[in-house]
Order: sequence, then C-alpha cells, then structure tokens
Amino acid sequence: MDIGHLVAIAITAAVIQNIVLTYFMGICPFLGVSRRVDMAFGMGAAVTFVNTAAGVVTYLLQAYVLIPYHLEFLQYVVFIFVIAAMVQLVEMYLRKFFPRLYDSFGIYLPLITTNCAILGTTLLIWIKGFGTLAQATVFSAFVGVGFTLAIVIMAGIREELDFADVPKALRGPAITLMIAAILAMAFMGFAGIGG
Amino acid sequence: MSETNSASTQLPGAGRRFLNGLLPENPTLRQLLGMCPTLAVTNTLAGAVTMAGATTFVLVMSNCVTSLLRNLIKPHMRILVYTLTIAAFVTIADRFLAAFLPTMSEKLGPYVPLIVVNCIIISRAEICASRQGPGVAIADALGMGGGFLLTLSAMGVIREVIGFGTLFGLRVLPEQVTVGGVVMWKAWTIMILPPGAFLTLGVLIGVVNWVQMKKKARQSGGQ
Repeated sequence: MDIGHLVAIAITAAVIQNIVLTYFMGICPFLGVSRRVDMAFGMGAAVTFVNTAAGVVTYLLQAYVLIPYHLEFLQYVVFIFVIAAMVQLVEMYLRKFFPRLYDSFGIYLPLITTNCAILGTTLLIWIKGFGTLAQATVFSAFVGVGFTLAIVIMAGIREELDFADVPKALRGPAITLMIAAILAMAFMGFAGIGG
Repeated sequence: MSETNSASTQLPGAGRRFLNGLLPENPTLRQLLGMCPTLAVTNTLAGAVTMAGATTFVLVMSNCVTSLLRNLIKPHMRILVYTLTIAAFVTIADRFLAAFLPTMSEKLGPYVPLIVVNCIIISRAEICASRQGPGVAIADALGMGGGFLLTLSAMGVIREVIGFGTLFGLRVLPEQVTVGGVVMWKAWTIMILPPGAFLTLGVLIGVVNWVQMKKKARQSGGQ
C-alpha cells in the first residue's frame, strides 16, 4: 500500500481543502452548534464517526453493486438512503452498547442525516476518483477530522466573542460568517503544502 | 372535521405563502437555511441563477407530490418519504443539466446532488406541503424558490462584479484603473474565493438585520 499517497490524501482532506471552509459543506452545524467548545467537539466526533462509516459503505455499494449493474443514476437515492439508515443504526447501537457515549453525542446524531458534509463526502469520493477502499476510508475519516478542526476553532473564537462589543445588527450568524471568512483566508495559507 | 377546518383556516393562504417566501421569510437571509449552495456557487451570476432554478424545480415538484400524498404518509415515515421524493427529483434535475448545460453541470459539481439535503426543501415539505393542498403548496414553493433566487442573485452580482469585474461574463468594470502610475482599482480576487463568499453573506445578513431593526424602531416610535 502506498502510505505516502494516503498521508497526502489525509492532509489535503483535513486542512488544505477543508470541507467547511473551502467546500462550504456542513455550514448549518458550523453556525448552529459552534457556541461552546465541548458541544462543537461532540458534533465533530459524531460527524467523523458517521462520515467514515458512510464513506466505506457507499464506496462498497457503488463499486460492487451500482457500477456492475449500470445503476449509476440511482446514486443519489441510494446514498441518501444509506446515510439515513446508518444514522438510525448508529443511534440504536450506541444507545444499547455505549450509553455514556450516546448521552454525549446522541442529540447530534439525528441532525447528521441532513448534514450535507456527509452526502458531500460520499459524492466527492467518486468525483475525485479514488481507486481503492483504503483511499476512500482515509479520505472520509479525515474530512471528518477537518470538520471537527474547523468547528472547534470556531467555537473557541465564539466563546471569546461573548466579551466583545459586536454591533447589534451583526450579532449571531452575521459576525460568525465574517469570522469564517477570516478563518477561510487563514486556511488558504495551507494551499502550498500538498498539491 | 371541524378541528382540521379551524386548523387550516389559521394557516396562510396561497398568496400569503408566496409573498412570505420572497422577503419576510426569505429562506437564506431570514431563516438561514440552504447555506451550502448560497456560499458555494455564487462566484458567478450564471451559476447562482442555474442553482436557484434547479432548487426551485425540485422544491415545486416535491411540495406538489408531498401535498398530494399528505393523507397517505404515516407520521413516523414522513422524513424518509420526503427525502426519497426529493432525491428522485434531484436526479431528474441533475441528468437534465448534464444533458443540456454540460459545462454548467461540471462547474456546479457536487452541489447539484447536494440539493437533496438542502434544508429549505425538507422544511417546506414539513411546514406547508404536509398540511395544505397542492395549490397552496406550489405557491409556497414558488415563493420560497423566488426568495432563494433573489438572495443567490444578490450574492452572485456582488461577488462577480467585485471579483471578476464582469456580469454574466460581460465586462462591467475595468480590470485595472491606473492613475499616474499608481493602481487605484483592481478586481478583488478574494471575492471569488471561499473567504469572499463568507464575507458577502455575513454582510448581507447584517444589512437585512439592520434594516429590520430600523423598521421596528420606527414602528414602535410612531405609536
């Protein structure tokens, strides 16, 4: 296995082409759940978990069912169905076997079905043309890491923002988006690393 | 029966639904839904308009179908039914774009399939189409789609004019203005890159909030 290539995929997915700050996916939780660092981390962990699982399952489905039987046009319907079902299964599994983990990120799980980062990742795997299951797995896991990174940084900044005197009209989403603009500029600085 | 009647009289009618969608309940600026396409495809006006068109098509069709099926859908299955309905129409819109506007379809990339998880569509199915008839549901979808088109076009105009100096690909601002050897104006490349998207939307939401606050202050001052 080509480890160097996998590392490059991981770094690209996590920082250089950060899912939130360059692809604009997962903006809803990025704005909604980024008020406190611990909540942001919980959301990030839940997304990473579901993202990796969904990436693997949809990769296998597309590669071994949809493509051999020429059913590519069903891709969107199948993928969203898999994600919705997966979120349900993960929720039930966690509730039964890891109740403490469930308590910590159970409330975020239902929100994940409509998180476009998940569907976006499963589609990007095919748009970017990853050839092997290992590449797809590493990519989807590190997209989740990148999401966690962005949302935790944002939550940290917003905690400090509570002490700032923001103009009344800009409070809430407006100032959050402007901070995101500056964060996105900072992340553009990583652009030279991978390629 | 009387209970359902009284409930439906409280819900807004077709005209109200349509107008609400355009500005008072604008999906992006007031309800903060559908952020992902709003940010991602608005660096040119053409992309913004195509995206809004595709979303409106899916919204109208899904509202129509949901409204017709509203008495058949079991409550606990409804989200799944909505999602699969939406996914089916998104597939149609995506195939259509790929066939007739291939370059645009390539440029929009994953954002066309992502209409499936656009919260605007599922929220309209839940709020309006699952309770009211197809006429009202279609008016609602057109209003919301129109509001979405307005916001996306505003973003597209701002970003394309400042970032490229063009509108629909036609030049409206000079690429560079030099006065006495000093560059006074140059297109802001940052506006077509991701940071410009966040900044433009942040400023737009701020302006809308500010106008709303002024309006409220004037109303309470007058009374």
